Amino acid sequence: MATTRVLEWLGRFYIVLLLGFLYLPIVIMAAMSFNASPFYQLPFEWTTDWYISLWQNDQLIAATWNSIEIAIITTLISTALGSMASLALYRYEFRGKKFLQALLFPPIAIPWLITGTAMLIFFFGVGIGRGLIAILLGHVALALPYVIVVVSARLQTFAPELEEAARSLGANQWQVTMRVTLPWIMPGVIAGGLFAFAVSFDQFVVSYFLSTPGQTTLPVEIYAAIRKGFTPEINAVSTIIIVVSMALMLLTARFFKFGGEK
Amino acid sequence: MAGVQVANVSRSFGAHKALDNVSIDFADGGFYALLGPSGSGKTTLLRQIAGFDFPDAGRIAIGGESVERVPVEKRRIGMVFQNYALFPNMSVADNVAFGLSVRGEAKATIATEVQRALDLVQLGKLGGRKPHQLSGGQRQRVALARAIVTKPRVLLLDEPLGALDKALRVDMQIELKRIQREIGITTIFVTHDQEEALTMSDRIGILRDGRLVQEGPPEEIYDRPQSEFAATFLGDANIFRGNATGTGIRLPDGTTIAASTGASVPAGVKASCAVRPERIRISTSAAKPDPADANTLTGQVSKRIFAGNNSTYFVERDGQTLKVIVQNTGAERLAEGQSVVLSWSPDSTVLIA
Repeated sequence: MATTRVLEWLGRFYIVLLLGFLYLPIVIMAAMSFNASPFYQLPFEWTTDWYISLWQNDQLIAATWNSIEIAIITTLISTALGSMASLALYRYEFRGKKFLQALLFPPIAIPWLITGTAMLIFFFGVGIGRGLIAILLGHVALALPYVIVVVSARLQTFAPELEEAARSLGANQWQVTMRVTLPWIMPGVIAGGLFAFAVSFDQFVVSYFLSTPGQTTLPVEIYAAIRKGFTPEINAVSTIIIVVSMALMLLTARFFKFGGEK
Repeated sequence: MAGVQVANVSRSFGAHKALDNVSIDFADGGFYALLGPSGSGKTTLLRQIAGFDFPDAGRIAIGGESVERVPVEKRRIGMVFQNYALFPNMSVADNVAFGLSVRGEAKATIATEVQRALDLVQLGKLGGRKPHQLSGGQRQRVALARAIVTKPRVLLLDEPLGALDKALRVDMQIELKRIQREIGITTIFVTHDQEEALTMSDRIGILRDGRLVQEGPPEEIYDRPQSEFAATFLGDANIFRGNATGTGIRLPDGTTIAASTGASVPAGVKASCAVRPERIRISTSAAKPDPADANTLTGQVSKRIFAGNNSTYFVERDGQTLKVIVQNTGAERLAEGQSVVLSWSPDSTVLIA
């Protein structure tokens, strides 16, 4: 009995340690965004000045909107394309399918620095150059394999008889997909979409390569700002983003029990 | 409602001939069982009729109209799958409504038809449930309601009772038969369970290695099997092999067995005889066999299995084990090791070429 209790406490201690490791830096950063001293000096003095001055930092706000827009468009495009690709790979047998599937995974492992360089060279070669369009294209390319992997994993749990049953009841291919297959893979599509959003919104390396000074995304802007001199404004914008994205994640997790039976 | 004609249908998967020149006429309104061991081609045949797969050669017609190149969604068939294949994201009522809804029927019509179909399968009150909240038997009924609500021309069932336990199976057999009679739909039923095929169907087709072995009413196939395979696959049979004599066969040891049903085989040709275990009378060596029993053999009881209403005796005779089923009439039971006389009528003996 005593050993069980000790183990139980050890388990709890471990969880606390783990959560501390994950969240402590974030919590400190959030706290500092409300601290008056720009040099992180204690004692803590409450202020919302950084949030007010953030509101006046047009460059940071523009970059934030760029990031949000690019992340949303990346999510929509790569989720749609990726889900369709997964369905095609699931449904049809064709020459070179195995080869194509094998080719989908390496981009995940290729360092972003290399992908970014390659994209920069390529986009200049084809005349797209740098800018928001280039960033968007790059992000879609980075996010696609993630979506395909996640949606394909979900499709593995799909019973093909369901599509056959729907067809036997007179449903055409479109109706089968929209009313039977898609509802089943929806948790996978949502998860894939979250991945895509995260890949794009967190993206620094590729965005850095593909952006021009006036037109950039938040991570690149934050990096530029830090180089100029760190201000707690960065803490403020980061805190807002963390709160919003965590709320998004929790909401999604509530509506879709990933991996669980539905 | 319509009959189904399958004419000279063949289908290969690579080098494997799944269906080899199969022809069957499924009469309008009939209940037809396709029976065979796994790999016999029965499911492949059902999938050709459904339209999930197209034959390499041959013709399939539903209601006189050629459909062998028509995809499943345009064939107007109803199908019940082995694992029911209910849509997990939809309620029972939405599952049943699916076929009407994709066709674009009016909401009010759908609601009425769905309720009628659910009432028919006695699930009228469970429309709001999700499939995972139902028992196996209830899912089976939902699958059936979903398949018939669209008023298909043919109902196809792929081992629909396979996943149910014995007691529920028997209930569902009766239920399925009742519903089929009530709506009078042509029904084709794939099974590997011979008892199910015998009790439920008007006609049975036995398949083996992609070929149709024999086809006819259950009584006919049982009483006059045309092959050793048909004799042993549908029910139990004792098989004797020898040379035809014109009136039966002569066994290697010289014993003759008279047969008055089955094929006619010219004398001297290799042939066999099939006798059902329940047609054989068994008595102790001292007792005289029934005078009408022209066929007699002697042997020794090696085993007896008591099953309440009957007993099965295994009798050793010239290196062959024969099976005899005796009704429990209260008569004296034979002991293992006892010498016995087996006798049966030529009418109970089927000659097989």
